[in-house]
Amino acid sequence: MTRRVRLIVLAVGGTGLAALLVAACFCLPGFGGDRHPYGDRVVRASLARHTANTIASVNFDQRSFDTLGEMSILFASVLGTVVLLRQTRDEHRAEPEPEEVALPVRRYALVVLPVAVLTGLYVIAHGQLSPGGGFQGGVVVATALHLLYLGADYRALERIRPVGTYEAGDALAASAYLVLGLAGAVAGTAVLANFLPYGTFNTLSSGGTVPLLNAAIGMEGACAVVVLLARFPDQAVEIEKGDGR
Amino acid sequence: MHHLLPVLVAVPLLGATVLVACGQRLPRVVAETLGCAFAAGTAGLAIVLLLNASPPLTEWVGGWTPVGGESVGIVLVGVGPGLGMAAVASLLTVAALAYSWHYFDDAPRRHAGSFPALMLLFQGGMCGFAIAGDLFDAFVFFELMSVVAYALTGHRVEEAKAVQGALSFGVLNSLGAYAVLMGIGLLYARTGELTLVKIGQGLDRHGGPDALTLTAFALVLTGLLVKAAAVPFHFWLPDAHAVAPTPVCMLLSGVMVELGAYGVWRIYRTVFSGLAVIPASDLERALVVLSVLTAVVGAVMCWYQRHVKRLLAYSTVAHMGLFLIGIGSLSPEADDGVALYILGHAGVKTALFACTGVLLDRYGSVDEHALHGRARRLRGVAVLYVVSTLSLAGLPPFGIGLGKAVLEESVGGPLTVLFVAVSAVTAGAVLRVATRVFFGLGTQPGDGSSYETTGIREEPETRHRLSRVPDTMTAVPAVLLVASLAVGAVPGFAAAVGHAMSGGAAPSLHWTRGRLLLGLTSTLLALGLATLAVTRSKPLGEPSWMAPLRRLQSGHIGDYVAWMLVGTTLLAARALPGILNG
Amino acid sequence: MSVLPYLVAAWVFLVGCYGLATSRNLIHAVGCLAVCQSATYVLLLAVGYRDGGTAPVFSDLKPGSRPVVDPVVQALALTDVVVGATVTAVLLALVLQISKRHGTVDPDELSELRG
Repeated sequence: MTRRVRLIVLAVGGTGLAALLVAACFCLPGFGGDRHPYGDRVVRASLARHTANTIASVNFDQRSFDTLGEMSILFASVLGTVVLLRQTRDEHRAEPEPEEVALPVRRYALVVLPVAVLTGLYVIAHGQLSPGGGFQGGVVVATALHLLYLGADYRALERIRPVGTYEAGDALAASAYLVLGLAGAVAGTAVLANFLPYGTFNTLSSGGTVPLLNAAIGMEGACAVVVLLARFPDQAVEIEKGDGR
Repeated sequence: MHHLLPVLVAVPLLGATVLVACGQRLPRVVAETLGCAFAAGTAGLAIVLLLNASPPLTEWVGGWTPVGGESVGIVLVGVGPGLGMAAVASLLTVAALAYSWHYFDDAPRRHAGSFPALMLLFQGGMCGFAIAGDLFDAFVFFELMSVVAYALTGHRVEEAKAVQGALSFGVLNSLGAYAVLMGIGLLYARTGELTLVKIGQGLDRHGGPDALTLTAFALVLTGLLVKAAAVPFHFWLPDAHAVAPTPVCMLLSGVMVELGAYGVWRIYRTVFSGLAVIPASDLERALVVLSVLTAVVGAVMCWYQRHVKRLLAYSTVAHMGLFLIGIGSLSPEADDGVALYILGHAGVKTALFACTGVLLDRYGSVDEHALHGRARRLRGVAVLYVVSTLSLAGLPPFGIGLGKAVLEESVGGPLTVLFVAVSAVTAGAVLRVATRVFFGLGTQPGDGSSYETTGIREEPETRHRLSRVPDTMTAVPAVLLVASLAVGAVPGFAAAVGHAMSGGAAPSLHWTRGRLLLGLTSTLLALGLATLAVTRSKPLGEPSWMAPLRRLQSGHIGDYVAWMLVGTTLLAARALPGILNG
Repeated sequence: MSVLPYLVAAWVFLVGCYGLATSRNLIHAVGCLAVCQSATYVLLLAVGYRDGGTAPVFSDLKPGSRPVVDPVVQALALTDVVVGATVTAVLLALVLQISKRHGTVDPDELSELRG
């Protein structure tokens, strides 16, 4: 289709969809309303299981099966990206060049790196207590490692980031989640049942299986993001066209 | 037994993680064996669950059984149709893995397990979607199977076509999924629930249908119909199926697209079918127009293709149209017919893709014109191909024939004519390919339209062009074909399918004289069309009105998105009158 | 005013669709898809809001002392974010390969699949 025809088709479809969405908005309950039956039940269930962060309770206890799917999506997309961005037959791998980094940048990155990693780990560990959790903390840890790319160079990053190990870590964390889920069926009543003692409210060990599942997800998230982030610069820095002979 | 429902999802996912965790050290044979073992185990589990699915199995994951009728957990529902889809998906995964045995050359370095692992994730996604009883959970597993499918479709990254087709597939399906999510948001706002049954009850309680239910209905259906490749949401399908590796095509055409139709059936039944929500006549009105269009466009485009995989992809579009007509008519007989039809189609279509894969790997081409007469020596494949084609047309006693005849009788009237015509045209097109490629009949056709995608100069998917066809690559389509024959021919199987669909007895699911006649008619018509096409190319040559239709399939993401919005509007507009009057 | 947040969600979704349909760069198109997805976050979070509500985290909040917003939609939005990020990664990987194989990321210039 020409651009013009496409715009006409788009105008027709877009107008229809816009009318639908706007009409639907006016039928929605008013913003800020008080009726949240599912939400209220969730809060009660979370408190009953000694999990201070209700969202962690939803993600890792009440609707932990969703998180199983979500974790699998993350795992699948890492695997998919690894497959899609592989070195093909007509490409070869070049050594990355060492790069000069401005001194202030280098100092800043190296100072911030441990702080950022520690922050990420804190966010993971306190997932069931305070805002945050496995996914969020995992992303912080993974991106923190990449400060080394800014502070030193690509080769330094590659030394602390053996991608193969992180891939295996990703898979192990994902299987840990699955095994914990299946353990629920063996030790408890059903798959992904919360079979551990709930502990004291508002402590690190509260919530039964929630902190364990949260930790598995934290590890998976961190490893997954490291591998994902590795694949893209890998294409830009190392993989080149031609077979290199 | 119901405790095993989540295990159905967990087993393939666990298999995938094991394959990736050990993938760097595993030799390829071990990785592939493990992949097959996990897939087969899941298939076994799905069948065991299916046999125990009456009365329906319900499992609250994590043990969140409802207290006082209310729960905070996710429910999985094991009923005949859902577990049936899970079983088909699992069996086809096993078939595809067996077919690809020693097949892909390009397992990425140190990642021998990556292809089987992706297939297992795909299987897990499909099983999870099939048994989901919670709308958001269905969305999550819908996305899981989509993401894996994008990566699998683009697997042959050296091919310019493959990456383009995979991107169109990815963008369209993701946009569809986000439309579903908008719909989920609206439904959650109205009802405050996520379990399918509870949402349905909540909508009923609220009273008459209004703009919100209509919009949610249109948005949720949009996502599912994108997956089900209904016109005008179908554009991604030929692009993706033409480029995906053969074993992946088998799964995409054989079951993933059908899962979209299953989703429409299930979500309409449980969420929108209440008296006060979207009346059945509205669904019928909305679906029947789109599905008739789908069937016709699919059949016409199928006939005028020379790229064999694209041709098969369009035939899938056409058959999806027929399934959706059945689903839209909302009668128990039509449901039984669709179930049998989908079962038979899964076997036959995968067999056809598998045979086409043999052509690709043997001759480096999937172009009908370029392959003219070149495959004379592949006698076994030729037999498989022709038999598959005839059963695609509805030849008794194959499963497709029975399902289609049951469906034709239940829809009745002019739609019966459409069914016969569409199946004759699509099967005729495939038969035309078979006669030209395997028997070299007729003259080699000229170059045809310049706008068309040809299948010349495709890279084989194996490391080298095959000099002899591996046994697995012919055994798999043969087994699938026998299975599809069994669906229609084994006495009592059809009745068992009917029983699984409705939970009650389905006495009418067997061959009758009328049904035999319907099947034979479309088979003979297909034979006639193919003969005509091969002997006289003139009368069935490409007419001038095909050019604009071809141009719609432009490979341009922007066009596809624009059409998708039109489709959503059309769905809502067709359902609107009932709501205004209701 | 009580429909404004919902209208924002609708607007964001439509703008994303417009961008996707008229895009001249596939990277931009993938970005537009992410915009469409952001609409779903806005809608979900708007649906779950409660007047005067705070975060449903009880480590420093006495249960029942204040209204809290609906935790379900927040969990859904979190899942949604992860899904969106990963889909974007896979699609960007495909775009990268397209630019290698086709030498362009302009959808108007891709002509391998048509008809």
